[in-house]
Amino acid sequence: MESKRVVITGIGTINPIGNNIEEYFHNLENGVSGADTITAFDATKFPSRIACEVKNFDPAAVFDRKELRKYDRYSQFALVAATEAVEDAAIDLEKIDLERVGVVWASGVGGMQTFYDEVMGWAGGNGTPRFSPFFVPKMISDLAAGHISLKYGFMGPNYSVTSACASSNHAMLDAFNLIRWGKADMIVTGGSEAPIIVPAVGGFSSMRALSTRNDDPKHASRPFDKDRDGFVIAEGAGALIFEEYEHAVARGAKIYCEVAGCGMSADAYHMTAPHPEGKGAKLSMRLALEDAGISTSEVDYLNTHGTSTPLGDLAELSAVQDLFGEDAYKMNISSTKSMTGHLLGATAAVEALACVFAITKGIVPPTINVEEVDPAIDPKLNLTIGTAQKREVKVAMSNTFGFGGHNSTVILRKL
Amino acid sequence: MSNIQERVVKTIVNKLGVKESEVVPEASFTGHLGADSLDSVELMMDFENEFGVEIPQEVAESMQTVGDVLNYLEEHKDELK
Repeated sequence: MESKRVVITGIGTINPIGNNIEEYFHNLENGVSGADTITAFDATKFPSRIACEVKNFDPAAVFDRKELRKYDRYSQFALVAATEAVEDAAIDLEKIDLERVGVVWASGVGGMQTFYDEVMGWAGGNGTPRFSPFFVPKMISDLAAGHISLKYGFMGPNYSVTSACASSNHAMLDAFNLIRWGKADMIVTGGSEAPIIVPAVGGFSSMRALSTRNDDPKHASRPFDKDRDGFVIAEGAGALIFEEYEHAVARGAKIYCEVAGCGMSADAYHMTAPHPEGKGAKLSMRLALEDAGISTSEVDYLNTHGTSTPLGDLAELSAVQDLFGEDAYKMNISSTKSMTGHLLGATAAVEALACVFAITKGIVPPTINVEEVDPAIDPKLNLTIGTAQKREVKVAMSNTFGFGGHNSTVILRKL
Repeated sequence: MSNIQERVVKTIVNKLGVKESEVVPEASFTGHLGADSLDSVELMMDFENEFGVEIPQEVAESMQTVGDVLNYLEEHKDELK
């Protein structure tokens, strides 16, 4: 069976540095931080009191009362981003075969706040179960995919993908594979997460995964800096329309770039810590290059997982240098989490959008907040520190890794 | 409009986002007011919270219209808060 080509024909987002694509791209280019003190709940007693929250988002202005009762915040973000992407792709719902349009959507945990609210309600009661009939369908992590299909009548493959912080890369990989294997013409893919809530911030705090630079939130997410002390938790969504190339051409769609290849692997090393030399990360990147038929010298930009944790950043760069050799010095490397924070299951989608930005605008988004590069990092690497750099980006690679040792890599290419 | 009726109408309007004028005794929850099966269950829980009563499940399941709810609450007037 001949494999089909896959292109990106629509994009959308709502994230801590942009409530739509235009705003996101503007702030990516200008190195804007989305971090601040947590406003979602009273975090006074928490070790980490900072986050990258979505700003100026009033769900009641977007959804009606009935919808609000059904959508956890993670589904609200999904619908906002997916709607922008579907509109951007200018899909004529009357003309396309809706049975050939799917949704593969990721979330790390889904509606954790819904679960928390309902269980707290139970705990505060007299033992009589008073769970809302919307408890289960509002909470489960596949429902965002369901809601997107409901809104547009997309009857193709529909499910969610979960691999912690690698989730939306895996969703995109599945969408890519389904289209190139001929199982669908178009897929709405990406991911959403809404983790700025008591149990998630509490849980990640206990793991000592979060930055505690509480007095200076804007500089807390500082990947590759010698004083980095953990990631800054973030919320939002990224959406992309993947489409079979001939299908896109036939309907005269605007094409951003091609999805060239993907790789995935496991560390098989530890529940949460990365393999110190990034063995699994290297395998994932190598497989993605092989899949795309691209050599290490052709990669112009690498959007790293780069969460700003002491171990993770070093392991990833070690894997990069091991695989790329001298070519590692020729490409631009950056971590856009320095601006957006870490959107967990949605992070890969938002970072794939940063790669789309780099390819379409010819600008590499920066790694902000690096005051002094960690001396353990090879100074010859171009980490795109401080400000965006102009460069023609023909090939961009994006890594994301998740607790459980999941590694995933997506390669996008200029058409 | 009786006090009970007022509170019932308000609860339904809040939950389903329908117009007050649509909430008449003959109106059925799933037919006229656009509720699905999950909405209906949650509505019954809202009436229980609003009036401080426990509506037995088999009764709740048999109530189809606004009038059914009004009748039930009128019959149990003395137990309501």
